[in-house]
Amino acid sequence: MLNRKVFSALGGLLAAVPALAYDSSYNMPTGVTAIAREVHGLHMQIFWICVVIAVAVFGVMIYSIVAFRKSSGAVADRTLLHSTKVEVIWTVIPVAILIFMAVPAAKTLVKMEDTRNAELSVKVTGYQWKWQYEYLGKGVSFYSSLATESNYARQLNSGVDVTTVKDYLLDVDNEFVVPVDTKIRLLLTGNDVIHAWWVPDFAVKKDAIPGFINEAWFKADRLGRYTGQCAELCGRDHGFMPIVVKVVSKEDFAKWLAAQQDAAKAATTTAPATPVAAAL
Amino acid sequence: MAHADTHSDHHDHKPSGIGRWLFATNHKDIGTMYLLFALVMFFLGGAMALGIRLELFKPGMQFFDPGFYNSLVTSHALVMIFGAVMPAFVGLANWMIPLQIGAPDMALPRMNNYSFWILPFAFTLLLSSFFTAGGGPAGGWTLYPPLSLQAGDSFPLTIFAIHMMGASSIMGAINVIVTILNMRAPGMSLLKLPLFCWTWLITAYLLIAVMPVLAGAVTMLLTDHYFGTSFFNPAGGGDPVMFQHIFWFFGHPEVYILILPAFGIVSEIIPTFSRKPLFGYDAMVYATASIAFLSFIVWAHHMFTVGMPLSGQMFFMMSTMLIAVPTGVKVFNWTTTMWKGSLSFEPPMLFALAFLFLFTIGGFSGLMLAIAPADFQYQDTYFVVAHFHYVLVPGAVFAIMAGVYYWLPKWTGHMYSMSLAKWHFWLSTVSVNVLFFPQHFLGLAGMPRRIPDYSTQFTDWNMVSSVGGFVFGFSQILFAVVVWQCARGGAKATDRVWDADPTGLEWTLPSPAPYHSFETAPEIH
Repeated sequence: MLNRKVFSALGGLLAAVPALAYDSSYNMPTGVTAIAREVHGLHMQIFWICVVIAVAVFGVMIYSIVAFRKSSGAVADRTLLHSTKVEVIWTVIPVAILIFMAVPAAKTLVKMEDTRNAELSVKVTGYQWKWQYEYLGKGVSFYSSLATESNYARQLNSGVDVTTVKDYLLDVDNEFVVPVDTKIRLLLTGNDVIHAWWVPDFAVKKDAIPGFINEAWFKADRLGRYTGQCAELCGRDHGFMPIVVKVVSKEDFAKWLAAQQDAAKAATTTAPATPVAAAL
Repeated sequence: MAHADTHSDHHDHKPSGIGRWLFATNHKDIGTMYLLFALVMFFLGGAMALGIRLELFKPGMQFFDPGFYNSLVTSHALVMIFGAVMPAFVGLANWMIPLQIGAPDMALPRMNNYSFWILPFAFTLLLSSFFTAGGGPAGGWTLYPPLSLQAGDSFPLTIFAIHMMGASSIMGAINVIVTILNMRAPGMSLLKLPLFCWTWLITAYLLIAVMPVLAGAVTMLLTDHYFGTSFFNPAGGGDPVMFQHIFWFFGHPEVYILILPAFGIVSEIIPTFSRKPLFGYDAMVYATASIAFLSFIVWAHHMFTVGMPLSGQMFFMMSTMLIAVPTGVKVFNWTTTMWKGSLSFEPPMLFALAFLFLFTIGGFSGLMLAIAPADFQYQDTYFVVAHFHYVLVPGAVFAIMAGVYYWLPKWTGHMYSMSLAKWHFWLSTVSVNVLFFPQHFLGLAGMPRRIPDYSTQFTDWNMVSSVGGFVFGFSQILFAVVVWQCARGGAKATDRVWDADPTGLEWTLPSPAPYHSFETAPEIH
């Protein structure tokens, strides 16, 4: 069983070479926002630049190792000590490549930081070890924790075969529901320690820091369920506070929001134990 | 050179018994202790890493509590950085700097003794924290508050251990600077200094500049925890992000502290086994100095996700990309040194070549990480883990092993088993790639770092990585065997050791080098 897995994994290693840029188990996802696609593009651009430089540099190294072997009679040219011309060339070319990379990167960065004109603002608070989402001005707020099934299975010696658990460690009790094609601004903070909210498909990763409000935004253009995880070590259960974002149509979102608001109202009016909270 | 014969036997008098080591003032004895200490720590930190890879072999929690897992991650980093790589470099500096500059010993021998003997106590303190209430330090080696302030009794032990390691490093650095600047043989101008000495000189300045910064940062943590200050506590008007700025102002130069001496070692070995002088010596020195300077103005690239102003992100992105230029110069110079050379592939050269290829791969991922928008996707994932392990394991650690294999016959007077060393090389080089290369894929596919368990789509690469980890770990036993055998005996090494006829003053002395190295300064022409 184990052997089979190791072999399939080794097979995967070989298969990875041609599939490198296309298969999401080897590479960054293309994502479902315009920004995420731009970031993916930057990633692939710098990756291919590195590949080209690597082919050139490693090529020269390998050629030297093959061609200038003492065992095949190579004699050292001890006069080759320095050359201002090549040294200038191999300083100037990298600078040019870096400028070529820096310009599009800077442009994308400016766009990522532009949180203006958001249509919906959500305050996201990191707790040890769950997330809270507050839809600002909508009266909807809830916590989102690791789903029960995953939480049971991940306990030490739980005896559960985790491969049978649906979306193991990437499933929550309450999903973060957002409308499609809508610019959503996140206001991030931490309640206890620093967390980081990361959803790779949106190319959003931002720290949630106690005492700070950080901003980030995304505008998903495809319906679906997108997952992420806390990306800053936040203590014992850092690995167990996933993020699940459900992108729905605007109509479905309106319905969902209305249902949440009704539920929230019902909860406050039928809770005699907390009259003060209801009055507030 | 004839002067080596002038060493008469009574000069070679060594103190005997345990006192030779406890009260050691001889640079070779202290260097040996540093290197052995580093080797012990390397195996200890390696055992922790194997614990990590064991838990990550498949999804689900099989062996450890998540809190203990975090302690393993944290201690692995502290032990490897402060216990293995840095002391190994100081050990090499102790052994080789007097031999390379034609001096009898280090300039400050008693401080040398002190700076070594602090270390076993520092690490006893650090590791004893595993037995305190709440277990070992578990907030990551970066010690970010508020998390690090939640630690139990391990907290003060960790802080004091770091203070002691810092004091040891600063003293070691002072000794290196004073020795190199004052004790060079007549005629050895700074631009004739061997590159290992040059890179160590620059490293020593970095250490003196940033170790006090780390000491300050951890002291502020300590007072926040026990004395009611609020340096990093927002509820008291403090700022948790300020810690990260201070920490990485130390942390980024620290990265170069861990790699510049490696550059120096490789710059000694590649010319020797290419039978050709180093290409662009001056450019190498200036590139090292440029990297050291730039290392002070790039720190916040470790914290692109904290929410810096746009202009700050731009600055740190551009300055970080700039580091690629002097680093590139170094790689090109090493490559050109091999060009039209006459290459042979003894174990030190093999490790230096693996360094050259694999460090460059770490450099490429470093360049990718510099691109801030893409860094948001890489930050705190296994992509970063792959990056810094490429520059630290086949980078720094391979360079240290290359250095040991290069100078070991000079130290012991014996040749070691070349075939065993080659086995060590091939097993290490293949397995280190099986271990770390798949971690690039894991990170890009979305696996965060510092997690004890993962969702099932990451299983395959984690298994591959763990298999590589175990092969790599156990291969290192061969290294210890080679060194042990060589210390015990073996074919007599000649003065010049390698038939590649290496240059440098250390090869003018007999093998093993006499206890007091150069008693009369050699002349440099």
